[in-house]
Amino acid sequence: MARDFVLPDLGEGLTEAEIRQVLVREGEVVREDAPLLEVETDKATVEIPSPMGGRVEKIHVRPGQTVKVGQVLVSFGDGAAAPGKQAADTLAPARKLAPEGPAVVADSGRPRQAAPAQTAAPARREGPVPATPSTRRLARELGVDLRLVNGSGPGGRVTDNDVRAATGAATTAPSSAPSPTSPSGRAPAASPPAVAKPLARVGVEPPPLPRFEQWGPIERQPLSHLRRTIAERMTLSATLIPHVTHFDRADITDLDALIRRKLEAGKARGVTLTLTSFLLKAVALSLGEHPHFNASLDPAAGELIVKRYVHLGVAVATERGLIVPVIRDVDQKPLLELQRELGALAQRVRDGKATLEDLRGGTFTVTNIGALGGTGAIPIINYPEVAILGVARGREEPVVRDGAIVPRLLLPVSLTFDHRVADGADGARFASAIVRRLEHPDELLLGL
Amino acid sequence: MGDLVREVDVAVIGGGPGGYAAAFRCADLGLEAVVVDAGKRLGGACLFEGCIPSKALLHVAAVLGEAERAKEFGVDFGEPRISLDPLRKWKSERVVGKLARGLASVARGKSVEVVGGRAVFEDSRGVRVEGDEPQKIRFKHAIVATGSSPSPLFGVELSGDRLMDSTAALEIPDVPERLLVIGGGYIGLELGQVYAALGSAVTLVEMTDGLLPGVDRDLVQPLARRCEKAFAAIHLSTRISDLRAAGDGVQVRIGADSATFDRVLVAVGRRPQTAGLGLEVTRARLTDRGFIEVDERGRTADPHVWAVGDVTGEPMLAHRALRQGKVVAEAIAGRPAAFDNVVVPAVVFTDPEVAWCGVTEDQASAAGRAIKVAKFPWAASGRAATLGRADGLTKLIVDPPTGRVLGVGIVGPGAGELIAEGALAVETAMLAEDLALTIHAHPTLSETLMEAAETLLREEGKPR
Repeated sequence: MARDFVLPDLGEGLTEAEIRQVLVREGEVVREDAPLLEVETDKATVEIPSPMGGRVEKIHVRPGQTVKVGQVLVSFGDGAAAPGKQAADTLAPARKLAPEGPAVVADSGRPRQAAPAQTAAPARREGPVPATPSTRRLARELGVDLRLVNGSGPGGRVTDNDVRAATGAATTAPSSAPSPTSPSGRAPAASPPAVAKPLARVGVEPPPLPRFEQWGPIERQPLSHLRRTIAERMTLSATLIPHVTHFDRADITDLDALIRRKLEAGKARGVTLTLTSFLLKAVALSLGEHPHFNASLDPAAGELIVKRYVHLGVAVATERGLIVPVIRDVDQKPLLELQRELGALAQRVRDGKATLEDLRGGTFTVTNIGALGGTGAIPIINYPEVAILGVARGREEPVVRDGAIVPRLLLPVSLTFDHRVADGADGARFASAIVRRLEHPDELLLGL
Repeated sequence: MGDLVREVDVAVIGGGPGGYAAAFRCADLGLEAVVVDAGKRLGGACLFEGCIPSKALLHVAAVLGEAERAKEFGVDFGEPRISLDPLRKWKSERVVGKLARGLASVARGKSVEVVGGRAVFEDSRGVRVEGDEPQKIRFKHAIVATGSSPSPLFGVELSGDRLMDSTAALEIPDVPERLLVIGGGYIGLELGQVYAALGSAVTLVEMTDGLLPGVDRDLVQPLARRCEKAFAAIHLSTRISDLRAAGDGVQVRIGADSATFDRVLVAVGRRPQTAGLGLEVTRARLTDRGFIEVDERGRTADPHVWAVGDVTGEPMLAHRALRQGKVVAEAIAGRPAAFDNVVVPAVVFTDPEVAWCGVTEDQASAAGRAIKVAKFPWAASGRAATLGRADGLTKLIVDPPTGRVLGVGIVGPGAGELIAEGALAVETAMLAEDLALTIHAHPTLSETLMEAAETLLREEGKPR
């Protein structure tokens, strides 16, 4: 009797994924938890482990194919070690994708216990999930599928905290305007095979394109899944949010000197100090004073959802496109720890090893295009956040100080925010708070 | 045509519990809602020909029963004299009328207008109102809440007032000497008991092999015993045939025998009222039983058409409709609402009352689901003894590995009120242990829930 393994509910409104690689062959006998497939969602590339041990009878998908939640991926043949009579249930969630998976940090800041893997997960029966009606409502409001949440309450009851821990604000790649990673000359051939599909439309109907062939030869290149996602999200954000940008410059001469002075000391502890970690810290502390920039607008309810946690997204350029991993509780972490986490996270993202959890739950995004030059950029807000900070390359410039011209290191910053949520004066004050901290690293280090 | 055309956010079709709950919640959420009701009133079958009048009459029956039983402890009120006019007046004015005026005043307070007439869909965005106040209503969303009506007896052509449905029987046209009740479900039993208490010799015929089909037998047994005493006869696994007028009465074949009755009450169930609504011009779909198909938010296959209450399926109960009405209103207002309720408690308001919620023993065994059952017979309840009613039973259906309460069943006086705690326990996924460790006031019947839970802990050797 063959048993089918379907694409599990990926949570967070994700309804489809692209198969990147099939890691097993038909006829192969696999262990439970052995990697089965690699899929790319809007948010990450993840390996899906086998929900059971047994012989792979049929593989229903091929690389490049887009599959929907619930679609059969692989069928297992007879002799599959049935995990008890709950087989149908344990088949459902691929743990790596399940929101309760490892690396979730509860809103209290207390590290949440990694779901004790598959064994202890209560077998989900058909029918109602044990939770109070108010918890079920909370789950609906936060868009959490209760069936995928492990209940920590008595008798396996799902609590409000379980639901909150399973959520995270929807995050995907935002972009500073010109994507630095895809200069026009680069051939997209390096990316995996992609299938051309229309973009989801937001609001305005795009007019038909002219026939470019009449002016010369053209080539049609399908967008990768990630490219398409970025395009859709950017269109959504740019269409929906009235963007306004405030520019400023921070004198980081002292901060730069501090970083250079402590570079060796940092290396001795295994971390390379960069401006970004200080930038994150300055933003996190400033958000504490300006919480409405650490928020999301709920236009349907007419409410601003202010988040009492500071999880910062950091735009990272990768070969595939821009990805925004999230560092949690930035306001509460010491700088060295922040720097270490940042380095490891960026590496995971560049290696394509980031988990879904690495990529969601952000409350505010920072994008640093300094390494690639330029004098400034106006990034697009990472929807549904309400603001994004862009920084360009710091340059030594002549500055008049006490009547004399002195060389100082100036960092151009731009704060782009949702004008529905805040006005120009609010933006100026928030940007000044960040600049002040960058200019006074001693205060920054003291957490002031 | 010079038809009046009005535009509203939400048109609610039917003024019953589902309809008025939806309209009121729409108003609370800032949506303009209009209710179209054939009787130009709010309350529906529940208030005018169902729950409320039947409970008023059952209260009368209970008073008569208590007065009779009072002889046991030395109090004799003498033979009761029943005057139907004051009884009807009390029921329709002091009970039904008062509640109807209350609903009308809430509607005024919320600016919910009630239009008199029958609504017929013209397309997915508009209805035509036929009848008292003809007009056209264009809406962004329509909520169908037209409820249900008593099913007629299949194959019976007999007409005339000798043959009553539940609506007619609640009017108490008289107290027939001999009453035949066809159907041993909750309506037949409730009204059978009313008429028996008023003095009718009641004969009840049920097609299946037991009263209250679908309910666990141990819960039905105390009620069945009481009915056996109060009724002239109960025929199970029996069909009636050859119903015909005979003089002032009705002659009928019950199984192989023939009998004559003064009146016949047909209580063979209710069916959804969807005919004549013109739903076919919308994209809404019906099941083969005539129910409107809705998703968990209450939306039909037509994005502008929603439905709540009896028209959406079983169980056809007012409290389910009330919740659905609120869910649909919130969903229309863009909130993430869903009818995700685990339990819809059911109550039979007979004497003794039978109430249950969640998983029943029969359902579990039919589904092959492992359960634990904890029973507490009321013979051991102090409160039941003081009431002279030791024939009740409280039982819990529990999930063996987790100890979660999956279902509760109660039979006995007041079961309809007691089931609320059971519904709360199941809906909130409470453990039997939680019930056992919660102090219940003594001496009350509510202790039986705690006691039933304690028997489980005892079995498991847990402290209690």
